[in-house]
Amino acid sequence: MSAYTVEIRVMPRAALLDPQGQAVQHALHSLGFGDVGSVRAGKHLVLQVQAATREEAAAKARTMCDRLLANPVTEDYECSVSP
Amino acid sequence: MQRVAVVVFPGSNCDADTLDAARAAGSEAYYVWHRDTDLKQADAVILPGGFSYGDYLRSGAIARFSPVLRAVTAHARAGGPVLGICNGFQILCEAGLLPGALMRNIRLKFLSRPVRVRVETADTPFTNRYERGEELTLPIAHGDGRYVADAPTAAELEANAQIVLRYVTENPNGSTHDIAGVCNAGRNVVGIMPHPERRNALVLGGQDGARVFLSLEARNATQHAGDMRAVDGRHLRV
Repeated sequence: MSAYTVEIRVMPRAALLDPQGQAVQHALHSLGFGDVGSVRAGKHLVLQVQAATREEAAAKARTMCDRLLANPVTEDYECSVSP
Repeated sequence: MQRVAVVVFPGSNCDADTLDAARAAGSEAYYVWHRDTDLKQADAVILPGGFSYGDYLRSGAIARFSPVLRAVTAHARAGGPVLGICNGFQILCEAGLLPGALMRNIRLKFLSRPVRVRVETADTPFTNRYERGEELTLPIAHGDGRYVADAPTAAELEANAQIVLRYVTENPNGSTHDIAGVCNAGRNVVGIMPHPERRNALVLGGQDGARVFLSLEARNATQHAGDMRAVDGRHLRV
């Protein structure tokens, strides 16, 4: 068993309205960053996971996302594992 | 007299009002702590409003794994009435006992004010004392109240008359199809964003919410309909 760092990115599904991202976009525009086309706001989680292999750590992370960390109705996620 | 369990999570804040409203309707209401695994022979379960576990991660996402939710899920699967109000609605969606999910209000602001809603079905244990099409004034108090469901799910909800309450005159949070409340296919699990427990007496400005709780007490009168549903097994589906 060794420790892996798992980084998980959870984003609101592209088809769904993201009012938080829109509000950030408006704030950027009012700061003069008028060239910002769109903003989407999500979550970034960093986990330390004990696993035998990198693949096992990734599989565990996906299970965690499916069960708790992401809502399958509204969110998509991506996981990346580093030693 | 119905035995009504009001579940208390860390961060629930409408539990006392909900208990009072159920008692005012004549029910024998009592609290069940989120760590309890026994609903103490409840006829019905209510998940009250509030901010369980500080709304961390997503509203209702952590509460969904409370020990008590196993008992609530078993109660629901057996056809027992379950009502989720506001945060309770969010928990029922996270638990998969109701379809869809609740997201941040379209204009981000937390909204705390009365709204107009229409009763879209009287065929649930919590709305049988209302007439279909009746309009009510009920308070909302939520930041994550925008009900979302994909197009096939929304179409199914419409086709099966699973939309319980719908916003009229204005949609405060941008919800799909102006939805303010839904039920499962078995019709025994109901989730609503407005707070009927905050408008169940004239001293609170109106009593449009009182019949949500009185409906439970009237349930004996509709027991036959419940048995019919149990026969064709629909109550087992979510």
